[in-house]
Amino acid sequence: MKFSRRETLALGLGAAAMGIMPFRVNAATEDAIAAFTGGADMGEGGLTLTAPEIAENGNTVPISVDAPGAAAILILAAGNPTPGVAEFKFGELAGSHAASTRIRLAGTQDVVAVAKMADGSFVKTSSTVKVTIGGCGG
Amino acid sequence: MISRRDFLQVSMAASAIVGGSGFGNWARLAAQQSLTQDQLLEFDTFGNVTLIHVTDIHAQLKPIYFREPEINLGVGEARGRVPHVTGAEFRKLYGIEDGSPSAYALTYDDFAALGKEYGRVGGLDRVATVVNAIRAARPDALLLDGGDTWHGSYTCYHTQGQDMVNVMNKLAPDAMTFHWEFTLGSERVLEHLENLPFAALGQNIFDKEWDEPSEYFESYRMFERGGTKVAVIGQAFPYMPIANPGWMFPEFSFGIRDERMQEIVDEARGEGAEVVVVLSHNGFDVDHKMAARVSGIDVILSGHTHDALPEPVLVGETIVVASGSNGKFVSRVDLDVRDGRMMGFKHKLIPIFSDVIEPDPEMTALIDEQRAPFADALSEVIGQTADDQLLYRRGNFNGTWDDLICDALLEEREADIAMSPGVRWGPSIMPGQEITREDLWNVTSMSYPNAYRTEMTGEFIHVILEDVADNLFNTDPYYQQGGDMVRIGGMGYAIDVTKPQGSRISNMTLLKSGEAIDPAKTYVVAGWASVNEGTEGPPIWDVVESYIKRQGTVSTAPNTSVTVTGV
Repeated sequence: MKFSRRETLALGLGAAAMGIMPFRVNAATEDAIAAFTGGADMGEGGLTLTAPEIAENGNTVPISVDAPGAAAILILAAGNPTPGVAEFKFGELAGSHAASTRIRLAGTQDVVAVAKMADGSFVKTSSTVKVTIGGCGG
Repeated sequence: MISRRDFLQVSMAASAIVGGSGFGNWARLAAQQSLTQDQLLEFDTFGNVTLIHVTDIHAQLKPIYFREPEINLGVGEARGRVPHVTGAEFRKLYGIEDGSPSAYALTYDDFAALGKEYGRVGGLDRVATVVNAIRAARPDALLLDGGDTWHGSYTCYHTQGQDMVNVMNKLAPDAMTFHWEFTLGSERVLEHLENLPFAALGQNIFDKEWDEPSEYFESYRMFERGGTKVAVIGQAFPYMPIANPGWMFPEFSFGIRDERMQEIVDEARGEGAEVVVVLSHNGFDVDHKMAARVSGIDVILSGHTHDALPEPVLVGETIVVASGSNGKFVSRVDLDVRDGRMMGFKHKLIPIFSDVIEPDPEMTALIDEQRAPFADALSEVIGQTADDQLLYRRGNFNGTWDDLICDALLEEREADIAMSPGVRWGPSIMPGQEITREDLWNVTSMSYPNAYRTEMTGEFIHVILEDVADNLFNTDPYYQQGGDMVRIGGMGYAIDVTKPQGSRISNMTLLKSGEAIDPAKTYVVAGWASVNEGTEGPPIWDVVESYIKRQGTVSTAPNTSVTVTGV
């Protein structure tokens, strides 16, 4: 395939723009999920992740997870240099299967939660949290 | 049997007819020079509950001019959907005749010419007349204030909101929610709340440290009206610490929190509410989305984005009402609540034509009393507009007021590039009109006014523009903050509103040299309204006053520096 100079320039601009795109899921995140699930398929539903749409302060973002009946919940910040945030384990007699914490986010990215259910199945959910330098309202 | 949805749709049609008879006829009436207060207020009382909605008054006690936007782009699902319809398309959509009073009130075209004919709008003494008239027809009507009330003028700044509190207390709302109020600082807000004779609402106002609902605000208040229980839930502006300086109210956290909204709706229903009203400062697109995600809300009274719509928008079984800004409109919504549910409604957006609606004399006296200590400073003339120069702000990309402010920053602060915040408040000034200090403060007054002068790299300026553009043009409204694009002086750029963050902005050009902005090069940037603590520089009103005084008669060059695509 041959590109004209104009097309090459356009591609170059596109690549430059990619540089400040929001952080997305990276290889380290995939690896952490694989280690947690053993490569098993993940379904949806039964797991609630609550996170702000826009972080008030990227250094301390309140999040919570809730998965009735879960044995464990893994939380990852998919765009952080080190994605691992927490793994909560729930015993058989746990009264609730929910946890809250505050996490630090390097920039706009997906926060990912994976729950291991009592029957050994896995469910996954994610939520995009925007970290912005702020602006001006109406 | 007619389902509830059918009822709502029938009501929608009825509302459209009211809109037609109210709005459409005004052109003819005005042509006969016979537009009257009675016609503006005409309304056959309906059902058993009446809501009166005012919002985003921004401390405008006196009548003003206010030009609606020419450019108001919607993206994603909101593309081309109200309120993202302006000018001729807006008039066509609502059957409004060119040149009619409603064209003047709701659209931007021929603003200066129509303004001469129809005069100023707003004034809380006129609003008081309208509220009193509605209360005469329905004594237990609920008056609800959507917030952005204690901000936006010379007197409001110098009294730290006391003028507005005094005047609004006389107007006697039943409940209020909040946004710019918080820029008075937590301490002052709490002082006002202590003496507030009505409900301060915000289900999404949280104590930051404990991450639980703030003890200072109620999530909702239950009212008994017309033999029924009406729950009014408050929703404050969700992005306060991001869009405004969080360091001024560090104890509070906000957010949309629509899961909690659902819980509160369910709780209110459980307590016997037959109709659920949300008094919101979300902004219209956020309210539109929330109406679809949270079930059981009958009415959302929408604020923040300053849209004025002559009919409510129906989302599922929820009606969303938008009542404009700066005291220019009052919405009246009558509800028929029976058998535990809203069976129908009737709505009218009442424009406050200040020459048609008689001021309430008691309110006029109270307003004048607030202003008296500042009379000399307010009325001092600092310049005037050229005969062909209209000063306005509203619009996604630039307004002539902001062009003037940017010109002042470039010259007074000797900068390459100027930045002015894309706020939606600030009245207009007609061609050939004197500019008083009050007028200048109406478009600049705030508690973090310092005009900084700093150096930024081309790359950082690009990041800022991308960031602000995403706050406006993210296709998911929950990721938008409201407001408009940051206004830029001394630099041109192109924007494709349909692209994702990081690739919307291109062709950044330094206007004085015509050269492309170099990402690695450093430029001198002057701006104001920084959310950062410790920002240094003179207040913006001093910078602009000095510039206007030197100019005498102000005139801005047509702004062609922003190229917009993807519309």
